[in-house]
Amino acid sequence: MHRSSEVKHVASYLNTRGCECFGQPCESHCPVLTDRTIHVQLKTFIKIRVKPDRTGVVTDGVKHSMNPFCEIAVEEAIKLKEKKLVKEVVAVSCGPQQVQETIRTALAMGADRGIHVEVSGKDYETLGPLQVSKIFAALAKKEQADLIILGKQAIDDDCNQTGQMTAALLDWPQGTFASEMTLEADKLKVVREVDGGLETIKIKLPAVVTADLRLNTPRYATLPNIMKAKKKKIANVKPADLGVDVCSRLEVLKVDEPPQRQAGVKVETVDDLVGKLKEAGRV
Amino acid sequence: MSNPLRGEVIRLYKNLLYLGREYPKGTTYFRERLKAAFMKNKDVTDPEKIKKLVDRGEFVIKELEALYFLRKYRAMKRHYYEPEH
Repeated sequence: MHRSSEVKHVASYLNTRGCECFGQPCESHCPVLTDRTIHVQLKTFIKIRVKPDRTGVVTDGVKHSMNPFCEIAVEEAIKLKEKKLVKEVVAVSCGPQQVQETIRTALAMGADRGIHVEVSGKDYETLGPLQVSKIFAALAKKEQADLIILGKQAIDDDCNQTGQMTAALLDWPQGTFASEMTLEADKLKVVREVDGGLETIKIKLPAVVTADLRLNTPRYATLPNIMKAKKKKIANVKPADLGVDVCSRLEVLKVDEPPQRQAGVKVETVDDLVGKLKEAGRV
Repeated sequence: MSNPLRGEVIRLYKNLLYLGREYPKGTTYFRERLKAAFMKNKDVTDPEKIKKLVDRGEFVIKELEALYFLRKYRAMKRHYYEPEH
């Protein structure tokens, strides 16, 4: 359940018609946080369109922003830092130049520094969870991170794989779908959201955690914080520097739009309805 | 001209303008109303009254942040979670 005690101002302007059709997702983790860019397509302005050659979705000129699950992950990292349980929060993102904006948002929320892993052009289009998790594993070793927090899945591809793969590559324990996280000495107590309800596990650090929706309420990056964040550093790294090969083993064969909804048919009596169902072969 | 408060008022205006970029009814809609609201009070000189108006502006900022968060939260919940009975 959403902890409504944290939302102190329920707006009088609550105009809930804004339904956003999201696009690309991003993953983030802390201390090494990663976000791929995400497209937030406002339903009133842009529709998601499939590219004419059916190899993907149109992404040029679409507004990019941080994956919502990643925002929650960043927020959790910053909360840990505010409680003085971690020393430093690093935000990491993989992608082309636009990704720097997402890192700046994370810095504005309170991260200490950023790392931009430059992947552009063709490599970026085929960048998938396997490549991202290899990059993270390499970075975690280099930065000697103790805790990696990511969003549970990216809302553009809905893979839900990066966190798990990163943990496997590093041979670290993982607490996925975390809806609650407590740090106790060198152990981490994670309450996970599973199909049957909630599962509480204790894992040893270093570990990987993926954030679920109810972990916390991410703060908004206000203008003064964004101004302050401009002074924070963003380091630039190439995957080759980390010894990671970003070549993809997957090939997208086809991307199709969902089938158009057929118009409904009105009938007069129940007999008509049964007749029509029999025609359609459903009875 | 109450000088220290002038800086505060301008900062408040800039913050609201920045938040208004994602307003559901549109940026121009928000900007017109924001400007009208600020212009209506431009002749107020009493520092007490100015402080009260600035506090009201801060309250609006918090409400906008809550609005954006809830909008995103509800969209995510709708997309990814089973409807609760």
